[in-house]
Amino acid sequence: MKAIDRESMAERPEDLNLPNAVITRIIKEALPDGVNVSKEARRAISQAASVFVLYATSCANNFAIKAKRKTLNAADVMAAMEEMEFERFLQPLREALEAYKKGQKGKKEASEQKRKEKDKKMDAEENDKSREEENEEDDEENMEEEQEGENEREEEVDN
Amino acid sequence: MSGTNVGEKVDGSNTMNNKNISLPMSRVKLIMKSSPDVSSINQDALFLTTKATELFVQHLAQCSFKRGSGKEKNTLSYSDLANAAEETDTFQFLTDILPKKILARDYLRSLEERGEDGDA
Repeated sequence: MKAIDRESMAERPEDLNLPNAVITRIIKEALPDGVNVSKEARRAISQAASVFVLYATSCANNFAIKAKRKTLNAADVMAAMEEMEFERFLQPLREALEAYKKGQKGKKEASEQKRKEKDKKMDAEENDKSREEENEEDDEENMEEEQEGENEREEEVDN
Repeated sequence: MSGTNVGEKVDGSNTMNNKNISLPMSRVKLIMKSSPDVSSINQDALFLTTKATELFVQHLAQCSFKRGSGKEKNTLSYSDLANAAEETDTFQFLTDILPKKILARDYLRSLEERGEDGDA
């Protein structure tokens, strides 16, 4: 009765898996010290996590469709958690989202601050002598890279 | 039985909550987008799904370990996970990818029995 087509699951490209090193670390941190997790168990949890993502996405998407929206938003994901009976995740998720938003805002402010200082410096330099440096833009590029590289170790994540 | 206990552990694991997330959001996004009817996902929704996946991994590992047989041996095995998937309501959606292992002998016998039922 529970007919999932194993074929199509096996055909899925590798990049629908989550990075094993990270999954292993999360499992280890969740269990008491010194618990041995078999390789098979680790692989199973990793697969379960991918299925969880798909299941949550499909639930959340139903809420978005009901609301005639095309973009999944935070409320959709929260509603999906409730529907999946993972109410226990709601509070930690709210807290994490708040912290995340603060972090994002902080970053934005920091970069604006930096830009202002840079402008000031530029003005000052222009007053001093004719501008000889035009490579000021490098800084901005670096900052963008930092943001993207935020998630440590994104092994082979192209396309 | 041990359900409440597990809940407390997940909710109380502040260490995880504080340092945002460790799974790569780009990878989670890829998985989400592999779903055919999803057109776009905003950043908050992506963050929440990533975080929820981490909570889920913790929760699944803890539940399976607590109710599992390897507690004395200090191990978490595949069968602990398969049992948790079968016996816990919230993990029901995993039964397809976490099938219980049974001996071929038992499987054949159950097939035979089913066959006899059908004939009768």
